[in-house]
Amino acid sequence: MMLPDPASTGLARVRKIEGSALGLRTPAFAPEEGAGDLLEVSLGPHHPSTHGVFRMDVVLDGERIVRLKPVFGYLHRNHEKLGEGTSYLGSMPYTDRLDYLNSMTNNWAYAIAVEKLAGIAVTERAEYIRVILAELSRLLNHTCLAGFLMQDCGCSGTPLMYAFREREKILDLFESLSGSRMMCNFQRFGGCRVDPSAEWLAATRKLVDGYGAFLDEFEALLSGNEIVMARTQGVGRLPAALAVNAGVTGPMLRASGVGHDLRKVDGYGVYPRFNFRVPIGREGDVYDRYMVRMLEMRESISILDQALRGLPGGPILDPKSKQRGLRPKAGEAYGRIEGPKGEIGFFLVSDGTGNPTRYRVRAPSFVNLTILEDLCLGHSVADAVIILGSIDIVLGEVDR
Amino acid sequence: MLGKGLLQGLAVTAKNLVGSYHDPARYVTQEYPEVQPKLPEAYRNFPFLVSETADDPMGTLRCVACQICEKECPPQCIYIEKSKDKKPDANGKLQIYPAVFAIDTAVCMSCQICVEVCPFDAIKMDQEFAIAATDRFDGLLLNREQLAKPNAYYHQIHPTEASEVDARLAAERRAAEEKARLAAAAKAAAPKAAAPTAAAAPGVPAASASPGSIPPPGPPPSSS
Repeated sequence: MMLPDPASTGLARVRKIEGSALGLRTPAFAPEEGAGDLLEVSLGPHHPSTHGVFRMDVVLDGERIVRLKPVFGYLHRNHEKLGEGTSYLGSMPYTDRLDYLNSMTNNWAYAIAVEKLAGIAVTERAEYIRVILAELSRLLNHTCLAGFLMQDCGCSGTPLMYAFREREKILDLFESLSGSRMMCNFQRFGGCRVDPSAEWLAATRKLVDGYGAFLDEFEALLSGNEIVMARTQGVGRLPAALAVNAGVTGPMLRASGVGHDLRKVDGYGVYPRFNFRVPIGREGDVYDRYMVRMLEMRESISILDQALRGLPGGPILDPKSKQRGLRPKAGEAYGRIEGPKGEIGFFLVSDGTGNPTRYRVRAPSFVNLTILEDLCLGHSVADAVIILGSIDIVLGEVDR
Repeated sequence: MLGKGLLQGLAVTAKNLVGSYHDPARYVTQEYPEVQPKLPEAYRNFPFLVSETADDPMGTLRCVACQICEKECPPQCIYIEKSKDKKPDANGKLQIYPAVFAIDTAVCMSCQICVEVCPFDAIKMDQEFAIAATDRFDGLLLNREQLAKPNAYYHQIHPTEASEVDARLAAERRAAEEKARLAAAAKAAAPKAAAPTAAAAPGVPAASASPGSIPPPGPPPSSS
């Protein structure tokens, strides 16, 4: 067997790159000359730790990461271009497939964009139902995230299975309401598609009342666990300034100590009517990102409790609203909400026809992923895996 | 104390381990092929065409090949060809019917937009999820014979929704019959009212008696 010439393995090429792989920043430290060869490793695209088809081109100096280049696009499905060729209603089921864990919030953000564009009002009952479903979606997402993060840390199975057991209960609620566990296709322009029955609301009430007990148990298992703390504290620190400059949103931004939550900032829907707090982290490390989500779930339970109690009667869809053959006047609109992963927004430009001329998605996972290299430099590969896990990405949304 | 968190965590896993033997909330696994899932009524997967009867599905399809679903389907998985001739529908009205109606289930994403836009309640969501085929092209391309399922089946899978649809259709049918009867009555009354131009008052009793007195135009819309 012939060993490859070191110059042809890509190492020489890697050494020549100035600045980081993205060409934005200089790495925290350069490898020492003569300290040994650099090793270029391709992590992914098919690996459980990459949360989908995602690749990290990592350059290692011994154990430490000196360069990291995120490579994505393997799951590109032409989502935005498809949106330009589809009617406004026809794009709604496609938004389910962006962040496929949170179809309810994707639907909502898209519905807000179209409602702004066409000037459609939303009924009060529908606003409450949207809040209930969005907060259930947040519970589902954060529970899954905690499970996956622990799986990435090496707690094989147990926390993830507990998380999935609870997630399944929320998915059952989504299924009995919308007909599908994950691809809900539930929101409509001016309201939503199905009116929840009294039985459904009772089942939701039961879940919300019991969720706090599950979180207590989950936190007893994880939050104070010495191994989890040793593994996650001080790893992947994200300074607040970098987070703001890079456009990071959601729990990741808040873990770095920036109090920015669109539910408070925009006050969209009926959120100003609810009393809830926004948890803020201090260190901005992996542990803080985990903790912020845990605390956010407690607040979600409180919002759900208030929304279920205050759910008004009335129609779920504005009778004047139109779904099929919608032709908004020429103009543009940007609808955004605080999704479980951050700011999810849809930008639509209409020229007065039945299809948008421009359809753009602001995907939180994608924007949050851009700072991956800054978080990983100087850490080991095992840390890179949990840093990626704590960013909370879904490749359906990153690649679109 | 170092290790307290670990012990606390072990207590949680022990609780779950023991609980999985007696607490249904902690043991949620279903042995799938043996135990079939209990699907909620709202569950949807792939559309089907509703026919009025089970013995003549092709003759009693509600679909009139208006092609709205074909146009609205986001992934464009429906293909319809209109018939050249017309057949009487459930109300006896002559209608175009789909000579070809095919759905490519390899493309369909079960979004149910076709169901929402159908003005005739002709296409509804099925609950069939085990549709493995040995051929991914022809095996997953369902034609109208495979898609047609009787209304009784619809009642079986979505009882609440089907009852609402039936009630609505019956109300529409009654309204249509009523309208046809009034139109027939007006038609019958018109020549009588037109011929004796002077007599306006006798025209009223003649009109009220006419539905029974002139059978030919009345029965066809109502009986067939």
